[in-house]
Amino acid sequence: MSAESNMAEKGRAGLRRQIKLPMSKAIEIAFKSIKIRFWRSVITAAGIFLGIAFFTSVRMSGEFSMIQRKVIEAKRDAIAAGTLKPTPNDIRQVNSLATDQADAKAAEMRLKWLSIMALIVCTVGIANSMLMSVTERYKEIGTMKCLGALDGLVVKLFFIEASFLGFFSSVIGFVLGWLVISLIRLATDGVEVFGLAFWIASVKLLGLSVLVGTVLTFIATILPAMRAAQMPPAAALRVEI
Amino acid sequence: MRANEYVVRTKDLVKEYTMGDQTLKALNGVNLDVFKGEYISIMGPSGSGKSTLFNAIGGLDKPSSGSVFINDVDMAQLDAQELAYLRCHTIGYIFQTFNLIPVMTALENVTLPTVFAGMSTDDGIERGIELLNLVGLGERLHHKPSELSGGQQQRVAIARSLANNPSIILADEPTGNLDLNTGKEIIELLKRLNREQGVTIISATHDLKMLDVSDRIVWIRDGRIAKIEDRKDIDIRIGEMEGQGELH
Repeated sequence: MSAESNMAEKGRAGLRRQIKLPMSKAIEIAFKSIKIRFWRSVITAAGIFLGIAFFTSVRMSGEFSMIQRKVIEAKRDAIAAGTLKPTPNDIRQVNSLATDQADAKAAEMRLKWLSIMALIVCTVGIANSMLMSVTERYKEIGTMKCLGALDGLVVKLFFIEASFLGFFSSVIGFVLGWLVISLIRLATDGVEVFGLAFWIASVKLLGLSVLVGTVLTFIATILPAMRAAQMPPAAALRVEI
Repeated sequence: MRANEYVVRTKDLVKEYTMGDQTLKALNGVNLDVFKGEYISIMGPSGSGKSTLFNAIGGLDKPSSGSVFINDVDMAQLDAQELAYLRCHTIGYIFQTFNLIPVMTALENVTLPTVFAGMSTDDGIERGIELLNLVGLGERLHHKPSELSGGQQQRVAIARSLANNPSIILADEPTGNLDLNTGKEIIELLKRLNREQGVTIISATHDLKMLDVSDRIVWIRDGRIAKIEDRKDIDIRIGEMEGQGELH
């Protein structure tokens, strides 16, 4: 315990030894950090999943329009080939298809525009909530560095947290947006659009939404975390918000 | 061999801050040698450069010029990893605002540096309990900082600073946020650790209660060392000093 024996132990050679944090421990700390500020995390997550829910719902309703068009086109072909005995409803749908033709291109453009808007709203929402949640922890980052944490270690902790938050919030956001739009379509159009094409579109959109949400969360967390980690500890400790 | 008795040495330390078009010299050529096992107080009014000196010695901020040697190693020569190792193993930090991680319990706060040092969880927890007992908080292992008083939080911070058996404890105004009696207790605790564990204590302060336990007092003014006094010289004049009141 004496200072003498300590110093003998920690010569210049000792200084070269690395500060290590096993991955399991890092995950434990990151996870705890989410759990402990649970409500703060929920609000942060809300910023992510509302953005993703919006994005998903816009995309999903676009997919539905496309699927419905395909379904009606298939009906029209079937009627023409004489394999389908049309009901009055089918005839009305096929007729509307003809008048829609001109609008189709405009609708597609509108959808593209909406998707881009949704993505922007989603980006701003996520960036805002993640920036706030990192900024309010500058002092914590400074303290950790005083206790011997390497820059990379701090970034690693935030990386795990961000991936976890981003992934789960995106999944929740997708489910929310997907469910709402699907239920509305189910009520207005009935079951005929819920075929294989619907499920393929859903899975594709799940992948896209989760990817977008996770990557955006990741970028919005890692950039400020890296900035904080690279500051001299004294500067990070001085930051007041 | 004489150099080996120094645990900290600073050489012509200068730290400049630029504010707009003005350059402010927070430190202006500080030469300070600290012996192993010493209890040193760095005294001076606010803005005198105490905290800047604290940050430079602790490797928390880079000086503009000059060098800091810790155990004869020039800190400017260390890369990020070696600097982190130094902060982890050789220096323990105590702050005016305690700087505990708010979401962690007392025990987790004390254990954190042992995690960074690569100690196993069980060993770390054992070490943490031992240290919290040492500072008299054995009963409050699982309290969050928000559930502890200021004095108790500072005790946790002291326990944390000792986690990896540092040879130096750096304290920046450790009693600044505490009332008179709690402050006294913290000072006594630091002195006890200094005596029993042989750890060198360097404390930036303007708390006159510190004078009593310090081996040497370094007076700083305008970024320069005004004078260095041994305690035995200062004892007689303590009444006179009280007359100046709090120096800030």
